[in-house]
Amino acid sequence: MSCMVDVAIVGGGPAGLAAALAAKEAKPEAKVLVIERDKKLGGILRQCIHNGFGLHYFGEELTGPEYAQRFIDRVEKTDIEVWTDTMVLDVSQKREITCVNTELGLQKVEAGAVVLAMGCRERTRGALNIPGTRPAGVYTAGCAQRLVNMEGFMPGKEIVILGSGDIGLIMARRMTWEGAKVKLVAEIMPYSSGLNRNIVQCLVDNDIPLKFNHTVTAVNGRERVESVTVSEVDPATRRPIPGTEETIPCDTLLLSVGLIPENELSLAAGIQMDRVTSGAVVDETRQTSVPGVFACGNVLHVHDLVDNVSAEATLAGAAAARYAIDGPKATEWYAVKAENGVRYTAPQKLSKGASGKAELFFRVGNPVKNAAVEARCGDKVLARRKKNIMTPGEMEKIEIDLAEVQGEVVVTLV
Amino acid sequence: MITMDYDVAVIGAGVVGCAIARELSRYRLDVALIDAAEDVAMGASHANSAIVHAGYDCVPGTLMARLNVHGNELYDRWCQELNVPLKRIGTLVIAFGEADEAELKNLLELGEKNGVPGLKIISGDEARAMEPMLSQDVTAALYAPTGAITCPYEMTIACAENARHNGVKWMMNSPVTSIERRGDALHVTAGVYHLRAKYVVNAAGVHADEVARLIGDESFTIKPRKGEYMLLDRTAASLQKVIFQTPSKMGKGVLVSPTVDGNSFAGPTAVDIADKEDTSVTSASIDELSRLALKSTPSLNLRGVITSFAGVRAQPSTGDFIIRPSEIDPRMIFASGICSPGLSSAPAIAEEIASILKEEGLPLNRKPFFDAERQPIRAFRHMTDEEKKAAINESPLYGRVICRCETITEAEIVEAIRRGARSLDGVKRRTRAGMGRCQGGFCGPRVMEILSRELDIPMEALTKFGGGSNLLVGKTREDGKNK
Repeated sequence: MSCMVDVAIVGGGPAGLAAALAAKEAKPEAKVLVIERDKKLGGILRQCIHNGFGLHYFGEELTGPEYAQRFIDRVEKTDIEVWTDTMVLDVSQKREITCVNTELGLQKVEAGAVVLAMGCRERTRGALNIPGTRPAGVYTAGCAQRLVNMEGFMPGKEIVILGSGDIGLIMARRMTWEGAKVKLVAEIMPYSSGLNRNIVQCLVDNDIPLKFNHTVTAVNGRERVESVTVSEVDPATRRPIPGTEETIPCDTLLLSVGLIPENELSLAAGIQMDRVTSGAVVDETRQTSVPGVFACGNVLHVHDLVDNVSAEATLAGAAAARYAIDGPKATEWYAVKAENGVRYTAPQKLSKGASGKAELFFRVGNPVKNAAVEARCGDKVLARRKKNIMTPGEMEKIEIDLAEVQGEVVVTLV
Repeated sequence: MITMDYDVAVIGAGVVGCAIARELSRYRLDVALIDAAEDVAMGASHANSAIVHAGYDCVPGTLMARLNVHGNELYDRWCQELNVPLKRIGTLVIAFGEADEAELKNLLELGEKNGVPGLKIISGDEARAMEPMLSQDVTAALYAPTGAITCPYEMTIACAENARHNGVKWMMNSPVTSIERRGDALHVTAGVYHLRAKYVVNAAGVHADEVARLIGDESFTIKPRKGEYMLLDRTAASLQKVIFQTPSKMGKGVLVSPTVDGNSFAGPTAVDIADKEDTSVTSASIDELSRLALKSTPSLNLRGVITSFAGVRAQPSTGDFIIRPSEIDPRMIFASGICSPGLSSAPAIAEEIASILKEEGLPLNRKPFFDAERQPIRAFRHMTDEEKKAAINESPLYGRVICRCETITEAEIVEAIRRGARSLDGVKRRTRAGMGRCQGGFCGPRVMEILSRELDIPMEALTKFGGGSNLLVGKTREDGKNK
């Protein structure tokens, strides 16, 4: 059994849905397939029942499911094919997808172009190597969010949250509203990796304490979490300072300690990866090192706003459709380098001979005040942006004119 | 309370107890396999080095020496019959300089006395040819070709399943609280069960001394010794051999090793502890393990750590395995004090216990229809495309992947529950669901739903590993009122 499509999209979350719509819009004749492992479309947005989505993209404030539904409704009005409850097992360099579900069994799909939109996963306790016991009651914030918002169950009543990532902040508020007591949010860094609006709306408004330069140094309890030990860390080394240990009785530890792009399929396909983003190296159309394979959304680099995911996926989807119908375009690229306080950029390369505007997404490595960022090509300044404050928790962008790019581009703080 | 008659009650469903149960199931006997925990393999058998040792470091003439070397020989057949992974990749004890090299010679001598086949001391370069990740500072190594790796909890589960298949009764969640010595039998109270057992085998691990005390035997004590480990992701490194540093007073020394599933690990520490249930991991130990692991293999990617964990070894006060009838009442047979090399010795211990039972008067008549084979849960990830198609045709649930890190399907999870998994960890040990890099973050709630559905118990009653390890504390507010 094998089937052929023009554009196959792996993942039916916000990135996949926007990519599918853009592919259809760019080339209405293209046969577009979305493959989603969950039973419904929408991805992680389905469990994000708080509002704050769509301010940029739709100019109004929506909940996660509402935001997703706008795209799902549009997909349903097209002839885009959707396979849910279907897991992609492999994507080959020749763009053959192997996937599996209960109805079709093992299915091969030959695609003219592939868009990778698998999203990301949460970092776990093990990856942090938090010492102590291994009782029930340690959850990643997203896992707890699913249990509370989709299954209707409370994972605990007395909560400590490690990490001030956005999901952790959102869950601090959510658990409080459900009657749980959130005793502390501990953040190992001297600043939050979450959005400032979430710190205000989720923590400050609910009187939840946030301690910077603090981390969990032990999980205690045999069967269920009974307490956690929290210690202050030396900001220079991030090592716990002996003597600062505090034991906080609780039944649950939620972890919001970072997201990791889910790139197992990309790695198996031999796609070139960026060590900083843990996502693929792409050009301005979001094409990876494997011709005809594109990547967008959180599988490419972790975004903090879904609005940016949708915008990025639109580029990738349209480019994938053009690749499938018109054939390959770019064969040579200029590199984009991140320098002097800029941690990474996406895209990491630009097609030679491209025209039009392109947005370079980037993040700073440390918080900076009253700084400007420049995109330069040789001595020529392509663009310059000033900002009062830039933090690692908020993705920034700078727009350049591709026609002006005649060599390697550097994005740097000045 | 109904009293049931058994020929043998095996107390303790770790690898030793389960191997004994399996061995006894060859005979026309009524056998019960009892454990306080909710599942088999809940103690040291699920948190150890997973190595079938060659047997060169045991003191010659001890039970440890004899049963390790014989156990190692038996492993091929047991693993073949039980469909448990076994890889004879060989072990290296590495030396950094002359003092260590003298220790290698000592080990070689011990090994030869113990009858370990194929041992030889090789140069640092020869060792690096076998294991390219080995440190340049290694000057020599003792190579033991019979050293192997296996999966200790799968071995335990497989023995228990095969024993049950041949008629052994499982009694989990059944802590033994009293053993009365009566004329007709030993009367054992274990949770809701009351058994009249002609013989009791005490394979209670770290609690074996407490079980011995129930009949007044105080001839030994068990000291808990904790071993901590760090588990690394599959992409983190690809080790070829089990690599030991030279042993210390506290044990075989820290090792780095591949697992049968392609992960790597470093460990164990050896910490004498007071609490037999203390499986906590300390940050000092993690630092120490990292340092020692990098000494052996400097290129090991410790950033790929998935999790750390600890097991508690049952160190006997006698210094050797305790395998004999009790002097207080010979109807209790000890399979106690089984520290390292317990996993390696388990099949040989099982044979030894059977012959002791026979000496003590238990007739061992072979069952005509004993089935030595145990079928594993068919793993979707190991199937060819054709096999996958056929499997989904047969059971559509093979077409639904629940654990995406390890590619575990709903069919495998349902089968694990059918075979006795009652908790998230029970499913994990049987299928690997939740064992990958996301550590159950994605599949956890989905496995919980399947457990709830298949066992017909409410979500709030589900546990991580039985007892009070409940995963949820209740439902969200139903009144819809926010604060």
